[in-house]
Amino acid sequence: MDFSLRLKTYICLVLIVLFSSSGNIFLSQGMKQIGAVRLGSTMDLVRLLARIFTSGWIWMGIAALLLFLGCFMVVLSWADYSFVSPASASAYIVVPLVGHFLLGEKVPHLHWLGIMIICVGVGLVRHTAPETTRAK
Amino acid sequence: MTLRTALFLALTALANSGGEIAVTRAMKDIGEVKDFELAALLTVFKRAFRSGWMRLAIGLLAVGFFSLLALLSWADVSFVIPATASTYVVGGLGAKFLLGERLSSARWAGIVLVSVGVALVCAG
Repeated sequence: MDFSLRLKTYICLVLIVLFSSSGNIFLSQGMKQIGAVRLGSTMDLVRLLARIFTSGWIWMGIAALLLFLGCFMVVLSWADYSFVSPASASAYIVVPLVGHFLLGEKVPHLHWLGIMIICVGVGLVRHTAPETTRAK
Repeated sequence: MTLRTALFLALTALANSGGEIAVTRAMKDIGEVKDFELAALLTVFKRAFRSGWMRLAIGLLAVGFFSLLALLSWADVSFVIPATASTYVVGGLGAKFLLGERLSSARWAGIVLVSVGVALVCAG
């Protein structure tokens, strides 16, 4: 695989990780502001939907996840699914790190172990050729 | 683990990886994206969403999403989410047998480690 194809694969992977992590963080912020969901009647559901779709965090989350989907589709137009899927698992590293260093959340020891194992796994996958199906 | 939980876990993993594999087939049919201008990208997405593979992908991802919701209605989230990390391994098998990708031992090792790591991160 030539250098430019490898470079654009890595750029797309970075964008995939950024958009999926930020999308989930924005959605989580939005839902935390809305509070615990209690559905006793149809009016409760209407009020809940109104609060969800007037939240700036939720719209930012939706926008980030749409951008994630776009990047995911674009990179799969040339790269292997078995390369993109595990390599994009770096999102599982980014979210706890942001939670720990920016939001001051406590990350349990088991999570740190998981993060280290994901780093090794992603490192191994990234050392393989991103595309193996094209006729040589 | 009950039989119902095992069946829904398998359904979630199969539907999610099947959906992503169908997205891959749709995008491979369109061919490598080389023009990154907004208008060109929108044309690519429009073509993709018209393809049968993409419709299949949306259907399978919806099945995966609702089977996950069903699982969460009776099983603990601390068990369900780490268990769905097996999707990476199922996806690897699908990529090999349905998409004809050549998975080296290094890539398999990476996929297994990612699955274990994601399960640990989600287990907390």
